Amino acid sequence: MLADKDRIFTNLYGQGDWRLEGARKRGGWNGTKEFLDQGRDWITNEVKASGLRGRGGAGFPTGLKWSFMPKVNDGRPHYLLVNADESEPGTCKDREILRHDPHHLIEGCLIACRAMDAHLAFIYVRGEFVRERERLEQAVEEAYEAKLIGKDNIHGWDLDIIVHHGAGAYICGEETALMESLEGKKGQPRLKPPFPAGMGVYGNPTTVNNVESIAVVPEILRRSAGWFSSIGRPNNVGTKLFMVSGHVNKPATFEEALGESFKDIIEKHCGGIRGGWDNLLAVIPGGASCPVVRGEDMMTAIMDFDGLREKKSSFGTGGMIVMDKSTDIIKAIWRISAFFKHESCGQCTPCREGTGWMMRVMERMVEGRAQKREIDMLFEVTKQIEGHTICALGDAAAWPVQGLIRNFRDVIEARIEQYTYSSTSDGAVPSIAAE
Amino acid sequence: MVARRLADESVQPPNFAFNAENAKWADWKIGLYPAGRQQSAVIPLLMRAQEQDGWVTRATIEKVADMLGMAYIRVLEVATFYTQFQLQPVGTRAHVQVCGTTPCMLRGAEGLMDVCKSKIHHEPGHLNADGTLSWEEVECAGACVNAPMVTIFKDTYEDLSEERLAEIIDAFAAGNGASIKPGTQTERLNAAPEGGRVVLLEEATTFREKFVPPPPPPEAAAPAAAAAPASPPPTTAAKPKDVSEESAPALKGPSREGKVSEAKAEGERKAAGASAHADGEPNKAMRPDATGSESEAAKVDGGKAPGKSTASAPADGAAATGTTKTRTIIAPKANPKEVNPVAEKGGDAPLFVAPEGAADDLKLIAGVGPVLERRLNALGITKWGQVAALTPEQIDQVEGSLNFKGRVERDDWLKQAEVLARGGEEEYVRVFGKKPR
Repeated sequence: MLADKDRIFTNLYGQGDWRLEGARKRGGWNGTKEFLDQGRDWITNEVKASGLRGRGGAGFPTGLKWSFMPKVNDGRPHYLLVNADESEPGTCKDREILRHDPHHLIEGCLIACRAMDAHLAFIYVRGEFVRERERLEQAVEEAYEAKLIGKDNIHGWDLDIIVHHGAGAYICGEETALMESLEGKKGQPRLKPPFPAGMGVYGNPTTVNNVESIAVVPEILRRSAGWFSSIGRPNNVGTKLFMVSGHVNKPATFEEALGESFKDIIEKHCGGIRGGWDNLLAVIPGGASCPVVRGEDMMTAIMDFDGLREKKSSFGTGGMIVMDKSTDIIKAIWRISAFFKHESCGQCTPCREGTGWMMRVMERMVEGRAQKREIDMLFEVTKQIEGHTICALGDAAAWPVQGLIRNFRDVIEARIEQYTYSSTSDGAVPSIAAE
Repeated sequence: MVARRLADESVQPPNFAFNAENAKWADWKIGLYPAGRQQSAVIPLLMRAQEQDGWVTRATIEKVADMLGMAYIRVLEVATFYTQFQLQPVGTRAHVQVCGTTPCMLRGAEGLMDVCKSKIHHEPGHLNADGTLSWEEVECAGACVNAPMVTIFKDTYEDLSEERLAEIIDAFAAGNGASIKPGTQTERLNAAPEGGRVVLLEEATTFREKFVPPPPPPEAAAPAAAAAPASPPPTTAAKPKDVSEESAPALKGPSREGKVSEAKAEGERKAAGASAHADGEPNKAMRPDATGSESEAAKVDGGKAPGKSTASAPADGAAATGTTKTRTIIAPKANPKEVNPVAEKGGDAPLFVAPEGAADDLKLIAGVGPVLERRLNALGITKWGQVAALTPEQIDQVEGSLNFKGRVERDDWLKQAEVLARGGEEEYVRVFGKKPR
């Protein structure tokens, strides 16, 4: 378990001062110039050596991503685009960074921009985070006033930061949709290639990173890549913000080392499962798009990228949605299907039509008003959606349904049987399925 | 996706204008984006208009389009695509947005919607009888650990019970919304677990104990660490984790520093459980130029350090931190590939004779930063003309000294320098179509 001294987000709960002065007291903005003076290659190599993987869900190595930026400036400006469009259900970590540790992010922007030869960073905050955005804007203002960023700042690397915001579209968390939205268009993802590192915002080389990925970089440089990579298991290193929502005794957000077991984490931070461990039904381990895992399987799960792949799910953003045995699991997944139906951008047919179709079939399955063969058909359709769309939203919509069918087929079948039994025994189809 | 239409013509106001404050803000916002990219401001502007009038009208869309030089259809697309824009009038005192997505649903969002149904309107998206309240179900609003929650205009109200939501709605209906404290509605600190946080119990300082590697990694690049005795390494327990040059004396002379630290460590071992005072004093002496805030922080930590070291027993635990720090700083510095090759190579004499007169700003050449500029100056290159006139052999020499093979050619310093020498910054802009940085 992670000790307090190894935590990066030391004001996670807002118990201290979020302003510049407070951030400095906690070690922020300390020695930043020294890192910048080492040059871009050194910074990128340190981040690579630290083994930091992107914290936005996909887990792509951050240092490697930075190294995709053109080495030679062909005259086009380079941009950093920080993805604070945090909208995945179950995920609420960037919110805490934005409102309680904003200077971590700003300092990280400066270092990341040095590493990719950029002088302009955009931070795209989701539209719902109004107070969080205001907080971040104030922090950026403070940094300008203290000459930490801006033209001719004390760090010798000019950097402007523009805080931008969206207006309630989940799809804008996808990096190319994010860029479209930033350019003032509908947030519909672009085809790749060209990749953002070649042609991103306004056609210029751009790197898109999650808030947490950027915000941890200053501390990694301060404490050395070796420190970060010594936490956790190989290929899954470092500390991570976890969020636990749903049926635990005390839902919370917290920073913990990767590679701890699910059980330990829940016991330590969330006071256990509501009604005891025997009452655990299922967990969605990394935000709504990850396949659901049965409670029994979660007992032995290790919370990191590889640990959850072993459980045929995905670590995602670290936002765990815990469900106890009082949950109607079919309905819970139906609600996720409804979410994806609502958030599909409408560009690709398999996703636009498929998400709505899945939701409608799921709606019937919640009642049990379906045929058992339709379960296989539903599974088949999810496979037709997955991988046949421009962006990953199609996949994200398909996985929860696949996870449900894989793990809880018995529940769906029992529901259908119950419905059929009730309708035949009563001689009429009840309008609402029996519980 | 959701199909969204503009409100019926009968409720559309004929025109829209930003008030003075918002108009000023809009100008500032548009000016933030790079030239010719003012379209980026469309979402912020529409949002500001919505904050002003409560919803987005046809006139708003047209006004914003005119301000940004966009076609009306493009702004209409944006307004209908993003679901946060209200295309119908909403309650003037409160528009309650209940998050209904799974994490909130699991903790009772459906009950909250029942409250809205009974208190506001049985259907979402409709005004109540007075036109003061309305509600809707929204998708995840990003406060899952504080579920269930609602958003009313800019603020969120979290950890709600049905009774509490009813009270909140009543307060807003009476125009007393401001009396409700936003955020969590239970005894809880933001996203910390209920009943008090279990981590981050101590107030963090800059002096957090630093990482001690479990097995010492190969110390190829750390002369100071190599020189350190095998017995308890030097301590700088109270030293800030500051790696700025002035606070890192190890950079300047590893051997001297080693001795100082050894002596200090020796002293501390004798003192056994050194007092805060002892920890603080040498530190101050070492850093006469410490800034006010830092030294103030040092005092804070001075009080804490002994508590820590006695609690976690081995004085070397704290002591070891000093070495780690030294190591982290030295590693990059001493890496011969990267840094200070001139010194590495036994202090090569300058390759060139610096010409008379003020030095040019070599940083204007793309690829030359402050560090490279210093090194070029050390080699005797201070003028753009000199760079432009480099022969291939000289380039080899320069690159050898800088340890940046191929850099001169890759970034085409010669052409850049030639242009700069000819006409300075203006010529550069003319030739390359961008400002030198």
